[in-house]
Amino acid sequence: MAEPIVLRHRALPELDRLEVYRKNGGYQAFEKAVRSQTPEAVIQLVKDSGLRGRGGAGFPTGVKWSFLTPGVFPRYVVANADESEPGTFKDREIMERNPFQFLEGVAICAYAAQANVAYVYCRGEFWDLTGELDRKIAELERAGLLGEHLFGTDYSLRIHTHLGAGAYICGEETALLESLEGKLGQPRLRPPFPAAEGLYGKPTVVNNVETLANLPPILERGADWYRSVGTKQSPGTKVFSLSGHVERPGNVELPLGTTFRELIFEHGGGIPGGKAIKAILPAGASAPILPAADDVLDSGMDYESLAALGSALGSASIIVLDETVNIAWAEAKITDFFEHESCGKCTPCREGTYWMKHILGRLMGGEARSEDIELLQSVGSGIRGKCLCALGDFAALAVTSGIERFGTDFEIHAVNGR
Amino acid sequence: MALAQKHRAEIHAILAKYPPEHKRSAVMALLYLAQREYGHLDRQAIAEVADLLELEPTEVGSLIGFYTLYHDRPGPSYRLQVCTDLPCALRGAEHFVQELRRSLGVAESELTTDGQFAIEEVKCLAACDRVPVFQLQEPGGIHYYENQTLETALAVVGELRGGAPRG
Repeated sequence: MAEPIVLRHRALPELDRLEVYRKNGGYQAFEKAVRSQTPEAVIQLVKDSGLRGRGGAGFPTGVKWSFLTPGVFPRYVVANADESEPGTFKDREIMERNPFQFLEGVAICAYAAQANVAYVYCRGEFWDLTGELDRKIAELERAGLLGEHLFGTDYSLRIHTHLGAGAYICGEETALLESLEGKLGQPRLRPPFPAAEGLYGKPTVVNNVETLANLPPILERGADWYRSVGTKQSPGTKVFSLSGHVERPGNVELPLGTTFRELIFEHGGGIPGGKAIKAILPAGASAPILPAADDVLDSGMDYESLAALGSALGSASIIVLDETVNIAWAEAKITDFFEHESCGKCTPCREGTYWMKHILGRLMGGEARSEDIELLQSVGSGIRGKCLCALGDFAALAVTSGIERFGTDFEIHAVNGR
Repeated sequence: MALAQKHRAEIHAILAKYPPEHKRSAVMALLYLAQREYGHLDRQAIAEVADLLELEPTEVGSLIGFYTLYHDRPGPSYRLQVCTDLPCALRGAEHFVQELRRSLGVAESELTTDGQFAIEEVKCLAACDRVPVFQLQEPGGIHYYENQTLETALAVVGELRGGAPRG
């Protein structure tokens, strides 16, 4: 396995202790940046590294930072630690086991953005983890690595945690900002994007935990080194959260472009009970399902390859389904999830997920006709492209891709019902 | 203003995280504080939080229905919230929750006879590699219990009851 960049705690015991983290080079990148590099130089370096957002969208991180409206202050940085995508559990491991690399990444991002305050928005379920982060932040302040006049310069930075309270939608960056402002966590109309008008209407960078944890090694070792890992268009490693029907579920950090086959059969130990693999959800609930044919298994896991397969890498939460799974059942579970998590702001998503849930319920209860499958597709197309955020699209694509790629799994229930 | 008097220092620390002109941001943390104090968020608790932040009670109250970890009615002391989302369901979580309910003699949306526990099903908890998993929500916090079996889960319940584990 390649050298870990983000899950370094797996190679270095007790990396969650500040003295151990510092002994292994921790906070040198942040200190060097604050002392001797301009914010523009840091942004350029991150652009050159090709780092792309690890929360799901895959947007180039340095480019996102460069959109901050010039000359407008204060600015804010927000770490998106609302990790709630079904099948995703990577940010939690990073914050629990390698918290200082994450917090140094927040600090580097804040310096590049010229922000003096950063928030870490944690999902409410991460209650104990958030308490631990608070203690780490206090420790950093005592060590002079956060606070006023850092390293004898004019730069000051405070990091605060903010606890959510159970709402998947708050992982969407504008809904997160609304929630952080004390309002209902519902997405905003864009533009303006957060880089122009974010938290409290000020220029704001929102980055995922894993994205931020990549920053200290990139600053330390340079853009060329980072580009030597992964693929040309998707540089670096990715933490793949592997779950479902595999012998060894868990997080695996691998270069982007590694094949599904290597992840599932080598690192994950294959399918339990000698069963055959049937399908893969490459991005949790939020990307079209893929039949586990050879061309898919031998495909690289990177942003471009997944798009070419008609799906998406998203946050790289790989859920494996074996031959015993009925895909209509799986998509009904996913639809339950989206119906529950729809924030209710956009009518197509609010009503559409409700109707898809009920039609799928009828189907699974053996009370549907084959016309209901067409009805599902029609409701799906009534949602797609008609909402403020991607939740509605994800919900629709789950069902329509399931029907397109595993139609008989749906028909079998309709036939039984009629 | 029981909260304001009793928890002055904690409220001050919460408000200090946000710019003074944006103290509305503190509403989520203050709702958790009120829920810890009162067990649930009734009209009086909402009014107190609204008062602290100079908001209308409806602006505070609307959040409670939106976010699943706030409760507006008196409930059990402990909510065992088992994830039965897709990745957990693939690894037996639905069976686990049925067994747990059967062992405790409760149906869905019922409380145990002592009124102390509810077994709820929740969406993904970001612990899909450690199934079955539940979080224990009590007024004072939320804690994870991973890689559970029926026996370990019942032991947790037994410990919280202060007696010997059942079964």
